[in-house]
Amino acid sequence: MMGEKRKIDARGSFCPGPLMELIAGMKAANVGDELEVLSTDKGSAADIPEWVKKVGHEILATTEENGVWHITVRKAK
Amino acid sequence: MKIVIVGGGMGGTILGNNLARRLHRELKTGKARITMLSASDKHMYQPGLLYVAVGSMMPDELYRDQASLLEPGIGFHVDPVETFMLDKRQVKTKSGAVHDYDILVIATGSRAIMQGIPGLAENAETFYTEETAVKMLKRLREFQGGRVVITVGVPHKCPMAPLEITFMLHDFFKERGMRDKVQLHYTYPIGRVHSLENVAKWAAPEFDRLGITYETLFNMKEVDGKNKVLKSEEGSSTKFDLLVAIPAHKGMEVVEKNGLGQNGWIPTNRTRLNMEGQENVFVLGDTTNLPISKAGSTAHFEAETLGENIAAMVKVGSAVRDYDGKVFCFIEAGKDRATYAMFNYTTPPDPKEPTRAVHWFKVAYNKLYWASARGLL
Repeated sequence: MMGEKRKIDARGSFCPGPLMELIAGMKAANVGDELEVLSTDKGSAADIPEWVKKVGHEILATTEENGVWHITVRKAK
Repeated sequence: MKIVIVGGGMGGTILGNNLARRLHRELKTGKARITMLSASDKHMYQPGLLYVAVGSMMPDELYRDQASLLEPGIGFHVDPVETFMLDKRQVKTKSGAVHDYDILVIATGSRAIMQGIPGLAENAETFYTEETAVKMLKRLREFQGGRVVITVGVPHKCPMAPLEITFMLHDFFKERGMRDKVQLHYTYPIGRVHSLENVAKWAAPEFDRLGITYETLFNMKEVDGKNKVLKSEEGSSTKFDLLVAIPAHKGMEVVEKNGLGQNGWIPTNRTRLNMEGQENVFVLGDTTNLPISKAGSTAHFEAETLGENIAAMVKVGSAVRDYDGKVFCFIEAGKDRATYAMFNYTTPPDPKEPTRAVHWFKVAYNKLYWASARGLL
């Protein structure tokens, strides 16, 4: 079954920051849901995949457009 | 113009007083009316709980009668809203009263949730209510030494609290002459010791200097109380003798029950602060879903923006400015030094070396807060 798709707009978030916003979003999501994080922090392109890999979720896409990173993650467990 | 403010915490109170001053003529002539609906007749200064946990403030210093803080023009009722009828521009309270509004402000706040992590409530100390802060103080006083682990839930209120309680615990044990008997171990959900990169760059070497160990990318999963082990989502675990939790928090149940926002956070426009899809409903403080710090200063600056805008809507029919994401956080670096971080949506903070002067300003602010709530500071 397809999970839900949700967007987390973390542009301009220095604190708590895009990764913390994603972690909060993942806690509220169901297995199979896809979350797309929008971030203006280029560090997100490295630190979000690092956490996703460590916990065992899945990165579906990472793109950058006009200074905004779009990182899509699927909750795997 | 009927303005209804739901919630009498920091954001609602500052906004109510700000509006009552700006609209004092309109309140006299009946052109405007301000009603505040709150769950409590008391107002708590929540940041003071951190100090109660280490014995440097007493609980009774944290409270004032809510009515004593409000401008006389505000109609204050201890009668919390239970039903939001946005299509009818009405709210219904616990007593059954129905209030019509032209402008609604929702500022109901958030609540700490210890139950989401198995074993946490039974095995950890915390300080997000008066009861738990006093319990934590007693436990700290009885503690004879061992491994103290600080753990942080997501999302959490006041992003400086994890660092502050850690530095304050260092000084608490040092002052009691037992720092050498205590191992302080800090854990944090993301890959550095604080969300703000510049704060993390300052805090990590400070931890090293004070002999505080830390583990990052650590999101608590469960607590094994029998073996005194905290386990993480990332697969690691750490032993503790005393566990101190910064719990996750959620918006209030009434927000969830009325379907206004998942987990009690209301989708909010980041500059105009209106609820998404509702032009005349505004959201303030912890209640928003904005990706910024859930802190008193956030509620304060949002309330100032909304005060100007709502008053201007009454006077000229238009808002006058945008909220820029401004946040100002003190950072206690122990019992007698502090620094601060100020930032907005576009400019990151640049914290300076902690000083005694900033600490004393924070101590003064703990008293000056009541002037702030009255809308004077």
